[in-house]
Amino acid sequence: MSEPVAPLNGAKYEGFVTVQAMGLQGMITLRGDLSSTKVGKAVKAATGQPVPAQRKAAVDGDTGVAWMSPDELLLFVPYAEIDARLDALHKALTGEHFLAVNVSDARAMFHLEGNGAREVIAKLCPVDMSPDAFGPSDFRRSRMAQIPAAFWMPTDVSVQIVCFRSVAEYAFNLLKDAAEPGGQVGYLA
Amino acid sequence: MSTRLATGGRLIDRTKSVSFSFNGKRHEGRAGDTLASALLANNQMMVGRSFKYHRPRGIVASGVEEPNALFNMGEGAGFEPNQRATTTELFDGLTCKSQNHWPNLEFDIGAVNKYLGRFLPAGFYYKMFMYPRAFWKHVYEPFIRQSAGLGKAPRDRDQDKYEHFYAFSDVLVIGGGVAGLQAAKAAAESGAKVMVLEQTADWGGRACVDGGTVDGAPVDKFVQKTLSELQENPNVTLRSRMMGAGVYDHGYALGYERLTDHQPDAPGPRHRLWRIRAKQIVTATGAIERPLSFAGNDVPGVMLASAIRDYAVNFGVSVGDRTAIVTNNDDAYRTAITLKNMGLDVPVILDARATGGGALADEARALGIRIENGKAIAKVKGTRRVEGISICTQAGEGAVLEDIKCDVVAMSGGWSPVVHLWSHCGGKLLWDDTHAMFRPDVHKAPTGAAGEGFVIPAGTANGVFELGEVLSDADAAGKAAATAAGHSASKQTAPSGTTTKEAPLAPIWLMPQGAGPKLRMKSWLDYQNDVKVSDVQLAAREGYASVEHAKRYTTLGMATDQGKISNINGLAILSDALNQPIPQTGTTTFRPPYTPISLASIAGEARGELFQPLRKTVIHDWHEENGAFFEPVGAWRRPYCYQQDGETVDAAVTREINGTRNSVALLDASTLGKIIAKGPDAGKFLDMMYTNMMSNLKPGKCRYGLMCGENGFLQDDGVVARLDDDTFLCHTTTGGAENIHGHMEDWLQCEWWNWKVYTANVTEQYAQIAVVGPNARKVLEKLTTDDISAEALPFMGFGDITLDGVSARVYRISFSGELSYEIAVPASYGRALWDRLLEAGAEFDITTYGTEGLHVMRAEKGFIMIGDETDGTVIPQDLMMHWAISKKKEDFLGKRAQSRSHMTDPNRWKLVGLETLDGSVLPNGAYAVADGENANGQRNVQGRVTSTYYSPTLERGIAMGLVLHGPDRMGEVIDFPKVDGGVIQAKIVDQVFFDKDGEKQNV
Repeated sequence: MSEPVAPLNGAKYEGFVTVQAMGLQGMITLRGDLSSTKVGKAVKAATGQPVPAQRKAAVDGDTGVAWMSPDELLLFVPYAEIDARLDALHKALTGEHFLAVNVSDARAMFHLEGNGAREVIAKLCPVDMSPDAFGPSDFRRSRMAQIPAAFWMPTDVSVQIVCFRSVAEYAFNLLKDAAEPGGQVGYLA
Repeated sequence: MSTRLATGGRLIDRTKSVSFSFNGKRHEGRAGDTLASALLANNQMMVGRSFKYHRPRGIVASGVEEPNALFNMGEGAGFEPNQRATTTELFDGLTCKSQNHWPNLEFDIGAVNKYLGRFLPAGFYYKMFMYPRAFWKHVYEPFIRQSAGLGKAPRDRDQDKYEHFYAFSDVLVIGGGVAGLQAAKAAAESGAKVMVLEQTADWGGRACVDGGTVDGAPVDKFVQKTLSELQENPNVTLRSRMMGAGVYDHGYALGYERLTDHQPDAPGPRHRLWRIRAKQIVTATGAIERPLSFAGNDVPGVMLASAIRDYAVNFGVSVGDRTAIVTNNDDAYRTAITLKNMGLDVPVILDARATGGGALADEARALGIRIENGKAIAKVKGTRRVEGISICTQAGEGAVLEDIKCDVVAMSGGWSPVVHLWSHCGGKLLWDDTHAMFRPDVHKAPTGAAGEGFVIPAGTANGVFELGEVLSDADAAGKAAATAAGHSASKQTAPSGTTTKEAPLAPIWLMPQGAGPKLRMKSWLDYQNDVKVSDVQLAAREGYASVEHAKRYTTLGMATDQGKISNINGLAILSDALNQPIPQTGTTTFRPPYTPISLASIAGEARGELFQPLRKTVIHDWHEENGAFFEPVGAWRRPYCYQQDGETVDAAVTREINGTRNSVALLDASTLGKIIAKGPDAGKFLDMMYTNMMSNLKPGKCRYGLMCGENGFLQDDGVVARLDDDTFLCHTTTGGAENIHGHMEDWLQCEWWNWKVYTANVTEQYAQIAVVGPNARKVLEKLTTDDISAEALPFMGFGDITLDGVSARVYRISFSGELSYEIAVPASYGRALWDRLLEAGAEFDITTYGTEGLHVMRAEKGFIMIGDETDGTVIPQDLMMHWAISKKKEDFLGKRAQSRSHMTDPNRWKLVGLETLDGSVLPNGAYAVADGENANGQRNVQGRVTSTYYSPTLERGIAMGLVLHGPDRMGEVIDFPKVDGGVIQAKIVDQVFFDKDGEKQNV
């Protein structure tokens, strides 16, 4: 059968920042006792990263982990390796009370690149995006206009956003609208 | 006449001409003008007609407090009514029209209203509503419609763009005058992150016009120096053209930024609404001058003394050649001195204080200006423009002593601190007898979560007027705000400012003091809503003792300016009429926004395609390309049916159902909620969530279940699949997924926190496609080598198979009564699978069906639908679903409620099928009538239709309904009256109309 298809098929918009719909990203929702050694080891094995602190993330390219709630993490793994990593996770956590599910296909992901990236987010999310409050190791689950969204900053001038797949089009249009030339705020950039 | 002076105008660029049109006539202004200053420079003093009496009205003020100069601005998609000329910056090509005149500004038919004035007193509307009834509709309403109202409503869709922005700051300073700038400087020097908002385009506020020195240099030098210091400080953000619109709980404030109102061709949003979270807010919002109440104080040419000074100093505009001044305080002398120094004539200063003024009065006298102490205006002469005044003694009743010719009257009744933002979130006020004004009670500030004050007033807004005091007060406010935000106050001291000392004012609320009814009927309080001294006094006589009631009865302060210049005068008159002190009367409530903000800025980006998020499945594009007629289901758009060329919706539904029942069809079921519950206690948990037993479900099997709330009412249903010992997958309705997930987490987190269960909403992970119909298996067999026979994959079983190279989970569940496989694949493969199934099914004339086909087929089978058979008041027992309610379980959500007396009442209406005698379709929601009438004289009822359709399978109307004692009355015929008359008779039957034994689905 044909290849899996990512939401919006790589749509791109050049505004005062670039908005790019990303390809498929493997994602695992992991719920469990985040203080457990076993969970820590399994997360490290799956992502190469330790369990992040509250509202933090450590993501390197397509692999990493983000803090979602006191008992939930979002694991990023290569899309093609999702089944293998999920199996390994299940094996490593045998005997532990946990939940690990594949949510890769339930998500859409966007990348913002440019000096105004912080301002685009600050137009849509009630989050303090000033550099002293939010930087590359931070992660936030929030609201983007009328939809839930989560984001982090791979670099100081880029933002990666995750939202539900069914609203990918709305999310892209929102980001486009916020990134339209002339809309620079001159507050965070 | 009003005109541009040869010199002066600190804000305008005389070299740049700007053209604009007013009522279709072209005029020239200068860059830096406001529309108001440009109109005055063009001798356009009269700008509109009053609301009720259509009296000519002119510009009164120079800022946000302006009540009269409101215009219909722009055209077409850029049109906006009620725009204030005093806060509109002039730009090339501006077009505006005056409002509330008919047929034109110069000649207005409605002006006859002034002769009917005695018939339009306070409470006019309320009184006329009372009697006689017919008069309202045929006499008053047509008349009022013609004469009342402000601007026109826009006709076109707004062409501009708007947005929101979230910002966070230690200290938010509202107001960019000297107080705001000094407070910001002090806060920033203390290490705080500071944001300063200034509503106009210019910094420095009134001080630059009123003068004074700071540390020995003119005050405007201080403004420039402080401004550039703040600009260089990376911890400080300065935003002009941004009004602090509102202060809300926990340091939340709204900033209304006007980006392109002054340059409409610039790219980007027109307005940006800032949603600011600040640890501390400093309100350095200044003060507003009050008018004086004397007869004819609304004639064009009567203006606030400070405004006349502003137009002269800021814009080089002389409002008139001869300006008479009337005042109860020293500040108005500044206007006289300014005008005199510019070479204009000031024939007289009427100082209502018997003892007269202080140093400023001496200065005016030295300039040769005639000053009359203890004198007042008896009345203003002229209708469309001031022609002169009659003088009287303030202490008397208005006997005219002398007439003086003048074309402008500058009035000053003292100053009211702008306490609006202080008050929005609960800051309390004090009455200050010395200055006759309300000022913030700094000991009763709006409080945050820990009970600490989070707003600090500064400078004039705090009731401090002398420049030196303003600066030290603001300095202290800035330091206090920074300290409260967690920093330590800087050691810098406040700069020292000096201005001329002022003598105290005299509280003058009516001029002259003993003005009789004739004068009081011409003494205006609220220009915008046409409220006079006599109206407020009448309200008091009629028993309106509360200021809030009097406001609504008289409409004082209810217009778009919210009584910025009229409120204090109005409540002083009310207090006097009630014979009580002003603080006892109190103020009306200050509510945000400070001045009107555009509705579009509140909507922000949420318009057009961004109005609301629409959820779309991965197959949505195919639906769109194939004639889908969509219906909203939650935030999803689902195909109701697919219309082929020229086909009606009904015909499409019939074709889809016949195609399904006769061969095979596809349904996009991706929107169905899918929630995973996993853990050692998952079975126990689901036994509580569902009315039936789930813990004994075998892995690999499915079971239909019902979910009730604590009150016993049915809230959702769906099929539960047990994936392994610890893991269940719960299907919910499309609209219920998020709620049910929240409901589960609520119980797990708040009540059963020690149960070992985790849930995850995986609804969107899967595309789910139902392959339905007698040929379903044949289609699937073309795409898989796995065994999907009835033996390997029986009804209510599920299994993992490989379908065209992709791993899929297949559920043998059926909502249609047909052989049915629901196939779940990762969403990224959903569209491809849909396409492959259509190809594979081509030889069987495969079709696709929408939600209506789904509804009809489930109704033919007698299956209930959440939202049709249930409405939040229905329990499973009403639906005869006792089979799905466990009797063995000790407890489940709703069990206790369902045993209560009203729930077990045998008279609760029960579910039955309804078959019309003539085969027609019952109207949806129709009631079955019973004999007699109820206590309200309405016909008694004995049941209602919950679902009703035309069944293509049975070729007749079928319905389900809840009927009194229904299941015991099989075969009985009941009557359903129609809305348009007539009655449909229907027989009570079993609700399963088709394949009662389930032979078709279980193959």
